[in-house]
Amino acid sequence: MGPLTLGHYLSLGGVLFALSVVGIFMNRRNLIVLLMAIELMLLAVNLNFVAFSHYLGDMAGQVFVFFILTVAAAESAIGLAILVVLFRSRDSINVAELDELKG
Amino acid sequence: MNTITVLFYVFSAVLLFASFRVITARSTVHSALYLVLAFFNAACVWMLLRAEFLAIVLVLVYVGAVMVLFLFVVMMLDINSDQFRQGFWKHFPLAGMIGVVIALEMAFVLMRGFQPSQAPVADARALAMGNSRLLGIELYTHYLYPLQIAAVLLLVAIIAAIALTLRRRRDSRFIDVGQQVRVRKADRLRLIQMPPVVDLPSAPAPKEGGAQ
Repeated sequence: MGPLTLGHYLSLGGVLFALSVVGIFMNRRNLIVLLMAIELMLLAVNLNFVAFSHYLGDMAGQVFVFFILTVAAAESAIGLAILVVLFRSRDSINVAELDELKG
Repeated sequence: MNTITVLFYVFSAVLLFASFRVITARSTVHSALYLVLAFFNAACVWMLLRAEFLAIVLVLVYVGAVMVLFLFVVMMLDINSDQFRQGFWKHFPLAGMIGVVIALEMAFVLMRGFQPSQAPVADARALAMGNSRLLGIELYTHYLYPLQIAAVLLLVAIIAAIALTLRRRRDSRFIDVGQQVRVRKADRLRLIQMPPVVDLPSAPAPKEGGAQ
């Protein structure tokens, strides 16, 4: 094992992203775990941004991570609010039952 | 193999284990708690990359706010998690194959293309200022306008989340103040002219003892 390269961090981000894709496939019924898997994806992307920012010596990557964190926080707040409204009206968060738009 | 390398492998292992448990945990509360562990280890990895400010922000904002929100919602919704487990491992072969393909493709590209092992040496002035101050200078000079847009975005998100979940009770009685103020005398009081004495027509005597 040599010294840490940029590839190590990017591989960690890639494996994390692949794990969350697998999570989306396997938890297709539970909406809350789907939201958590999306958070994990955003974390993997942020990890790549921070790694590039460190190894290329550019602060713009970290600024971008800052904005991604902002958007992710807003997204999860609104997503959970939608989830609560959905549970009130349907008494369920099972994704398989949400097929009213299917025509 | 210095300390940073060892720490990187330890944090990565815990991060990957925690994220694996997030997607396979039986209970949703356990998933949320493992997600906290994953975020915490990601913050540690960011520390190794000398992004101290973002690491602290990740712990404060995510572990402190977003994950607590997740836990609140999980506990508020009374979910029977057994119904989600039916056919859970049925999708595993397809999902695992897709995940392995994604990971292998990414590793193939990344391990070939990105080999810089040394970060460019930061000049002494930047080292003395520290990560938070550098980030602040960037944010408040070059990225001031995007920063304000992000602030407006957060405001919109707050209003949207409140407006979505605001529930007005239909069975509660309340007084509309505007309507109450606009009330005039004519709405409530009616003056009628009537003579002081009225001769009532003699009513027919009720027939008594009808039951007999």
